Amino acid sequence: MRVRDLFAAAMLFAIYSLLSAGLFTVLDAGDVALTEAAVGAGLSTILVLAVLTLARRYEHPTGGHNWLALGVVLVTGALLGYAMLDLPEFGSPDNPAQAHVGAHYVAHTGDDMGIPNMVAAVLASYRSIDTMGEAFVIFAAALAVFALLSDRPHRRLPGVRKRRPISRRRASGRGPSA
Amino acid sequence: MKNNGILRVLARFLIPLIFLVGLYIQFHGEYSPGGGFQAGLVFSAGWILYVLIYGLERGLRAVPLKAMYLLSAAGVLMYALTGLAGVLLGGNYLEFTQFLANPQSAQQAGIIIVELGVGLTVAMVAMLIFTLFVRRRRQWDDALDEKDDRA
Repeated sequence: MRVRDLFAAAMLFAIYSLLSAGLFTVLDAGDVALTEAAVGAGLSTILVLAVLTLARRYEHPTGGHNWLALGVVLVTGALLGYAMLDLPEFGSPDNPAQAHVGAHYVAHTGDDMGIPNMVAAVLASYRSIDTMGEAFVIFAAALAVFALLSDRPHRRLPGVRKRRPISRRRASGRGPSA
Repeated sequence: MKNNGILRVLARFLIPLIFLVGLYIQFHGEYSPGGGFQAGLVFSAGWILYVLIYGLERGLRAVPLKAMYLLSAAGVLMYALTGLAGVLLGGNYLEFTQFLANPQSAQQAGIIIVELGVGLTVAMVAMLIFTLFVRRRRQWDDALDEKDDRA
């Protein structure tokens, strides 16, 4: 599928994320599903839409075929497919995720913390320093956006058109995607 | 969009509900799926919906930009200082067991404080990034208006 309308692309990403969240729910991964729904379908969509108000809505059409890109994608896909053969069997009790510290967490969370959600126990207590790192990464993201967007914009505004009132925008309508 | 009756009525109903769900995910995270990260995002979603309906000015009157700067830093500091408190009480960094006499309650207290820090940072960062983008669009519109006026 090829979409030049960036708004449609953003919506497709949101739908994809929501479907993944549903998939995680089916796999009983409530925490991951909640995160995927909140981050993928919620926040990143709204941020992409906010960015789209600063850019053109339609991608520039580029002629011809990019055979190099196709080659890279095919090779990477083949390598990933080959690597997948080495993955442990899905849900098998002796795959690495179940065999190492996971078993310790499952056995001790009740005695150590007295809380039923093992994901919260692992994230906030057993692996607390990892989570602190994540919190700092999020803070750093805010700093980066702040550093990029806090100053006044330059005089030249490439490709930015004036926003028209919604009623008129609907009446005139911009050109459809190629 | 504040003149659209359907949106306004729906928002008035939804926004408090979203905040409530956010608080639930934050403080019930030990018992059900969720935690600070998801709660912060849900909380920021409520505020972003408010901004979409009522405009950035009213949104910033509820949560000023300065508060976002301060609270997003306060969240991570809260996390780091909780870790330091563990050291001062004679344990390892981010070890919660010394906080209270009962090690289980101590762990739970530590988890709640740390998750609160994460939630605060995530909510404020999400709101801050959204605000910065919206404000940039506003600045461009103003610059274009100026250009029109001069022409």
